[in-house]
Amino acid sequence: MGYASALLVECFYWLVRGRSRKQPVKMPTIAEQMMQIGIGAIPITSILSFTIGLMLAIQGIHTLRTFGAESQVVLGIALSVTREFAPLIVGILIAGRTGSALAARVGTMTVSQEIDALRVIGVSPIRYMVAPVLLSMIIMVPLLTFYADIVSMLGGAFYVYHELGLSLEAYAVQTRDFLSVNDITQGLMKSVVFSIIITLVGFINGFSVKEGAEGVGKATTRSVVQGISYIIIADMIFTYFFNK
Amino acid sequence: MTDTNSLPVIEVKNLVASYGTREILHGIDLDIHRGEIMVIMGGSGSGKSTFLRHIIGLNRPVAGSIRLLGLDITTATAMEMFELRKKVGMSFQGGALFTSMNILENIKMPLKEHTRLDDHTMDIMARMKLEMVSLGGFDKLMPAQLSGGMIKRAALARAIIMDPKLLFFDEPSAGLDPVVSAELDETILKIRGAMRTTIVVVTHELESAFRIADRITVLDDGNILMTGTVDEIKQCDNERIQNLLNRQVRDVKIDADEYLRRLTGETI
Repeated sequence: MGYASALLVECFYWLVRGRSRKQPVKMPTIAEQMMQIGIGAIPITSILSFTIGLMLAIQGIHTLRTFGAESQVVLGIALSVTREFAPLIVGILIAGRTGSALAARVGTMTVSQEIDALRVIGVSPIRYMVAPVLLSMIIMVPLLTFYADIVSMLGGAFYVYHELGLSLEAYAVQTRDFLSVNDITQGLMKSVVFSIIITLVGFINGFSVKEGAEGVGKATTRSVVQGISYIIIADMIFTYFFNK
Repeated sequence: MTDTNSLPVIEVKNLVASYGTREILHGIDLDIHRGEIMVIMGGSGSGKSTFLRHIIGLNRPVAGSIRLLGLDITTATAMEMFELRKKVGMSFQGGALFTSMNILENIKMPLKEHTRLDDHTMDIMARMKLEMVSLGGFDKLMPAQLSGGMIKRAALARAIIMDPKLLFFDEPSAGLDPVVSAELDETILKIRGAMRTTIVVVTHELESAFRIADRITVLDDGNILMTGTVDEIKQCDNERIQNLLNRQVRDVKIDADEYLRRLTGETI
């Protein structure tokens, strides 16, 4: 925990002060990371979010039917997607996709002394590797979450149209009436925290690799498991405070 | 070549290093002068790699001081270290090339980080260093496409791209056949001749050490056994040094009871 905080502080230090110390965090690296982390994850995010939207609609209509309140399903989908499901599903996806890649890459670099080589050249590994990823994650994960919000609701609308005959337009109008900006920002705030958790967990596990291939494998697994666990715990804590 | 009258460029005083509770180096004192090739020799586990990691500032010592080019790296600020790093090159045992970049990008990397030269100039400088280590024309290959000897030479090219004042080698001949190893030794001598770089080589290859060294320091169990010229080392009558030179096995006294206990796995 102490090391994670120190790493986070140092990242922000390089992002802010790097230029004045002649060691800027480079824009091309950030752009490349944003492509990999964000744009590269769009197809799978689309599929998963659409499916989650469908699932919520199926489950919602089925449950609400017992009370004869099927029409309330739109509200149910809108709230659960923006507050819970979109940030969580994107968080878990990125933990599996990017968190594991970070740990494996950094772990391999540690074993092959590439991290030592960076330090000897005079390049801070935190400035060169961690800071650009952290910044890209903080930007891209909330954007992906917002995208997932929309696609999930589209998935919901698709099923609701099929089952209840509610047109897409009417669905959109209802959703807009129900949802407040606060619902969306709650989800986006969570996703910022998740992005920081995934980055730190990935890098800390990667840097801690000592012995060869087996160590890299273990670090990769650990970073995914820890990443997802911390995300779920953080999510619960957030939800508790947001709903107090 | 060696300038022994001037102040040493590397000054190690009473260096104590440990991993956890295990002390590896027990108070090392060593001076290395400008333009000198100093070979640190010793068997496996003698502490030579640990010594190297400390003098290049990758690990922090428990006690003692290490001065590189007049700067005490045990107390230096991050900014001072950053400036010092521009004058120091290091060639790692396994090369430690960045696997995500091709050879040219690897070699240009220090230039990109420390200078504001335009890309074309950096390309030319990097290719010049590649020619120097006889790797001309291989600039577009990825590290995975190179042989062991080529990786070492590419790593050397990266180490000298900033024309460092101090150059460190970790086991330059390890894993290379005798011919390639001899070529690398020639390259090391050529670099010293061309740039008057002070060079520290950690190795356990005797032949290579005798070929390139001005002075040799022999480490044993975390202590310096001796520092001297190649002839002095060869003529030294210290038993441990002679064993190392003549490839004699260590004379380990066996305690029969202790031996039996180890075999049976009893702890006490």
